[in-house]
Amino acid sequence: MKLSILIPIIVVVLLIVVLSSGMFYIVKEGEQVVITQFGRPVGEPIVDAGLKIKTPFIQQVHSFEKRILEWDDSPTQIPTKDKRFILLDTTARWRIVDALKYYQALGTEVLAISRLDDIINSAARDLVTAQLLIEAVRNSNSVLERKPETLEEEAGQSTEKLEAISIGREKITQKIHAKAQESLPRFGIELVDVQIKRINYVEEVREKVFTRMISERQRISEKYKSEGEGEAADIMGQKKKELERIQSEAYKEAEQIRGAADAQAIQIYAEAHGKDPEFFAFLQTLETYRKTNNASTKLILSTDSELYKYLKDSQAIRR
Amino acid sequence: MSLITPKRILIIVLGIVVLIILSTSFYTVEADEIAVVLLFGKSVRNTDPGLHFKLPFGIEKAIKVQIRKVFKEEFGFRTGDGRDFSAESLLLTADLSIADVEWVVQYKIKDPEKFLFSVRNPKFALRDLSEVVMSRVIGDRTVTEVLTVGRIEIASEVEQHLQTLLDLYETGLDVGKVTLQNVNPPDKVKPSYNAVNEAKQEKDRLINEAWRDYNQSIPKSKGLASQQISEAQGYALKRVNEAQGDADKFNSIRAEYQKAKEVTRKRLYLETMQDILPNIKEVYVIDSNTNTPIPILQLKE
Repeated sequence: MKLSILIPIIVVVLLIVVLSSGMFYIVKEGEQVVITQFGRPVGEPIVDAGLKIKTPFIQQVHSFEKRILEWDDSPTQIPTKDKRFILLDTTARWRIVDALKYYQALGTEVLAISRLDDIINSAARDLVTAQLLIEAVRNSNSVLERKPETLEEEAGQSTEKLEAISIGREKITQKIHAKAQESLPRFGIELVDVQIKRINYVEEVREKVFTRMISERQRISEKYKSEGEGEAADIMGQKKKELERIQSEAYKEAEQIRGAADAQAIQIYAEAHGKDPEFFAFLQTLETYRKTNNASTKLILSTDSELYKYLKDSQAIRR
Repeated sequence: MSLITPKRILIIVLGIVVLIILSTSFYTVEADEIAVVLLFGKSVRNTDPGLHFKLPFGIEKAIKVQIRKVFKEEFGFRTGDGRDFSAESLLLTADLSIADVEWVVQYKIKDPEKFLFSVRNPKFALRDLSEVVMSRVIGDRTVTEVLTVGRIEIASEVEQHLQTLLDLYETGLDVGKVTLQNVNPPDKVKPSYNAVNEAKQEKDRLINEAWRDYNQSIPKSKGLASQQISEAQGYALKRVNEAQGDADKFNSIRAEYQKAKEVTRKRLYLETMQDILPNIKEVYVIDSNTNTPIPILQLKE
């Protein structure tokens, strides 16, 4: 093979490559394409992926995203209806639904984003400013249906009274979405959703909220302390009462038992002694003698006494 | 002979072409991956792990997606990064207080096509939507609920809503698990929360001490009471038994006494005297007619 044959072959191949690169173009998945001819759009946007043909050199390909795109601006500071200053952070998803309009009206994503910034932020501002803060924070009234389970909840709830909401976050975001969407079709853009990502207090309000939370906690602490002292006092009182009851009941019962026994004893004695009181007195006297003398007793007896009667009266027998 | 001959050039060119064909037509899909093959940018098939063939020169392209890997996104903190992410974690609660909530979302890619072609940045969407859902769920609970009882409930509710949104926007992602990590009051408020815990313990301590005191004295006092009663019962038994004994003794004696009254009476008197007198220090006998005591017996001396 000679070099003189090879050169034309290479030239032809190169020509085909150049031509075909101008003639064929690829639409990737997740992409859509607008074809322009000398700057003027030709035909409908192409949304199906694959290998496509165009007129080389005079037609140009502009590809755009077909996928859902994100929009996320930095938080904006707004007041709510109840004059609370908050930082509202919204986020949204959007897609190019009409690539032609999009190409004509905006052309680049940078422009689209800055347009979305204006539209979404102002819609969000309008709708959130018209509502109380709780409407944007809460989504439902479910919190009102749950009974507080602990003392802390009970005590913690009374400062910021939980009131019923009438709209809620979901509806507010839907309204923001609807309002923002109104002006978007002419840009070929559809908002898939708008969401409130977060609501934060601005710095100085946040400090106040912290202070409020602290004072709520302090109130609960005090309640616990005082409850503890109260219950302890109650228990001490119960203890005293129990002690008095136990002791007095024991005393009562013991005395009743003793009394009953004494009474029974008296009855037994009376029954026995009653049969012969005189003899009982006699015996008892003798017993008393036995019991009342001891080693230092001095006894004075009359000669009239039974014991000495015989000393004095030895002749009595004779009588 | 020249080194550069047309034949050699052709061989070299062909060799390069073959090399390019080989290197662009085989690809490997790892065990945890799946590959989506695009023909001129259009998705035509998915391939499982293994060595595969595709058309060369970029006619077919393979995009690999880690379909079995579990990914993790952290909110409010980053593992191994000490910076402050409180802007992510400070959330408003239903009672307009602030809670500091850190959480983790674990997820997988369940639909590689959607993951690649329906949302430009699915992971960004996941982060965004996680925050949206979490702040909404927290916004429906009081700070105390968030800090105490609601944790598991919150996690599962977030899981559910997040999955709904991810499906709605066709991210192709599957939420495996949402876990609440640290859930705290904001730093500035924390000490007062600790104070509440201390107060709670203080309350328990006071009550326990009071009960301890109670338990120290009541059972003892009950024991003493029953002792007192038992003693009284003992006394009663003794008293009645003695009385009965005395009465029986009296009756017995009296029975005999009835038989010979005078004699018995004298005998009893004298017996008593017999018993008494030896123990007595001095006995004085006086004549019934005089007033002066005349000692006659001094038994002890």
